[in-house]
Amino acid sequence: MRYLISLALLLAVLWLAISGVYKPIILILGAGSVVLVVWLSRRMDVVGIEHNPALYSWRLPLYWGWLVWQIVLANLQIARRILSPDMGLEQRVLRVPLKHRSDVARVTYAQSITLTPGTVTLRMEGDELEVHALTPEAREGLESGEMSRKVKWLEGDR
Amino acid sequence: MTAVLVITTLAVFATMAMALIRALKGPTIYDRIVAVNVFGTKTVLVVALITYVTGHADLIDVALVYALINFIAVVTVLKLVKERDLAAGGDEEPGGD
Amino acid sequence: MLVDIISWICLISGGVVAMIGGIGLLRFPDFYARLHAAGVTDTLVALLIVLGLALQSGISMLTIKLFLILLFLLFTAPTATHALARAALADNVRPEGTDSGSSEKTRGETSSNT
Repeated sequence: MRYLISLALLLAVLWLAISGVYKPIILILGAGSVVLVVWLSRRMDVVGIEHNPALYSWRLPLYWGWLVWQIVLANLQIARRILSPDMGLEQRVLRVPLKHRSDVARVTYAQSITLTPGTVTLRMEGDELEVHALTPEAREGLESGEMSRKVKWLEGDR
Repeated sequence: MTAVLVITTLAVFATMAMALIRALKGPTIYDRIVAVNVFGTKTVLVVALITYVTGHADLIDVALVYALINFIAVVTVLKLVKERDLAAGGDEEPGGD
Repeated sequence: MLVDIISWICLISGGVVAMIGGIGLLRFPDFYARLHAAGVTDTLVALLIVLGLALQSGISMLTIKLFLILLFLLFTAPTATHALARAALADNVRPEGTDSGSSEKTRGETSSNT
């Protein structure tokens, strides 16, 4: 119940912030959509999922900054491959060990791999990820395990 | 300023044209869906750019909603292609947890 | 003035990277390679164009909405890519560079699934 109320409040604030029109009829429609979304998330059994402490770490913004930088670097590599005449692709499917305890960290790692161009997560099998790598550089970057360590750091010692 | 915005918009339009060519050429259905996905995300950016070209701040809401609809549309089309049934149960993820 | 110039650089390079991604989508040889080209246009282009536009309007409602769009795109793009790769894999579209053992396994998984 507490989660239902906090979710409704959060949605109401979001709605008020991005609506910008405060006539009675629009407000009623907004309240209606808040109720609808709360009812739907209850039906989907996802209420309270946002109250995961892993989502509110001070490390998260730092991780995002680092990730954006990695994305820029990876993009430049792939862009160079696209423009070079012979492309020099070397596609491989790798298995990467997954060393993270919590589901949030596992999903974060898998999503981060997919988000950096050059590597795409294909499957998660137990304690391994199956990753498709496009270029040798992408493969080496993944095998160095730097991103895995960063996510481990993000998981922290809670 | 407007010139820069228009040039960027045209460049994104060119990308959308290339995505359409890929969508028409295929060869597999998944190539087409990738192309349509790129087309959709570029549409979001074009709408955002047009907001600034025309100065109608309301248009940004269109981009916001399109960003959400595009994702749901792609996942829905994938499900339709894979299951041939939009009402299929949620057991299509073996091995993933 | 300086902000304007940075904004222009962001926007123009966003357009250029978008076109490079489009060329990649056309040039790359198979489905999995094209996924990476699509990833280029989904991530860096969105970042650059949103950054360029946000610098134009400063701190305002418009900028907040722009960053909401960027957030949605960055969260949904890898999910859609992953869903596509998985669906293609389950449909026996094989990536280059896989050994036959793993493809046997996939086939088994697919048949037990359907």
